[in-house]
Amino acid sequence: MDNSTMKIRELAKGLLESGAVEKVIGFAAGTVPMATHPVAVSSVEDVDKLIFTSTCGLNLANYARQLKGKIAVVAKGCDSRNIVTHIVENQVKREDVHIIGVPCSGMVDKLKITAAVEGEVICFEEDGETIKACSATKEETFNKADILRDNCQLCTHRNPVLYDDLAGELVEEQKLDNLFPDVDRIEAMDADEKWAHFQALTENCIRCYACKNACPLCYCPTCFVDESTPQWVGKGQNKTDVDTFHVLRAFHCGGRCTDCGACVEACPMGINVRDFTRKLNKDALELFGWEAGLSTDQRPPLDAYSPEDPDDFIM
Amino acid sequence: MMGNLLEHMGIEKDRVHFSWISSAEATKFVDVVKEITEKVRALGPNKKLVKDYQE
Repeated sequence: MDNSTMKIRELAKGLLESGAVEKVIGFAAGTVPMATHPVAVSSVEDVDKLIFTSTCGLNLANYARQLKGKIAVVAKGCDSRNIVTHIVENQVKREDVHIIGVPCSGMVDKLKITAAVEGEVICFEEDGETIKACSATKEETFNKADILRDNCQLCTHRNPVLYDDLAGELVEEQKLDNLFPDVDRIEAMDADEKWAHFQALTENCIRCYACKNACPLCYCPTCFVDESTPQWVGKGQNKTDVDTFHVLRAFHCGGRCTDCGACVEACPMGINVRDFTRKLNKDALELFGWEAGLSTDQRPPLDAYSPEDPDDFIM
Repeated sequence: MMGNLLEHMGIEKDRVHFSWISSAEATKFVDVVKEITEKVRALGPNKKLVKDYQE
């Protein structure tokens, strides 16, 4: 069994036994291969439900603010950055959340694996950096680094930034020459090509809102898409309404997104909605020198005024 | 960042403009509106992110 899983269970057991926390939020195995789901464990008997694998792609910070009482959360690098964002945005109190940090070597892209084995994945095994998966007709062995999710390939914060306990040794952070090759590709297009790219991207969107529900940043009691007075955006499949939803959902994440990839992970239509948020992340870094969720004592750039803020777009 | 995002998704750069004009700056208001009108007219009618209620 994976070392992190053992450590998480051990830590969870200790925390629950001592009464330090009421619940431990972590990942549990799903009912089909590669599926995991969030779980809140409140008794010592249940700690064996907790697992940590390369398929734990959701962001548990999303669940940290929805529970009362003192809780512990299993947090990858990105999850920990979202917990920091929650603390900065007064959504959770630092003293109410016990962070079980898990150094992470990336999560696998389930769509890439499904495509490689040419069908529904019926077996999935993980041994360190080697991953085996098979469908009814084909078996493949992968090197984990080759089938990481796009966001994990470009991740430079694999270690938790804030934690109370660590479930594993800290890993080496990736050194990348270009953090935003995907954004650069789109920026090189002219306006009509960009438009065509995003039109094709959101073509299959079914407005299920899984992307915003999976996102730890989306916590407004009533989302703008659900408001009726005024109704900001139509609720049907009209393409303009679909595009309006996507661009505004993304903008609400400006200077806050940690590129955890939960939105893409949750999308049932395989839409890379990160194409929107990635541009904001690049701008936040270039215009404000900002990466979200790294420090609990700095205000996010769009939340604070500075005379040094770039203003060359003002006529 | 909003302007950049709109431009990134294919809205022409000259389509959306941002300015800050005090209620006492009537001449600036006129100048800005003239400039915007010229730039947007040069682009022609907008076809992107427009909802057609006839559909």
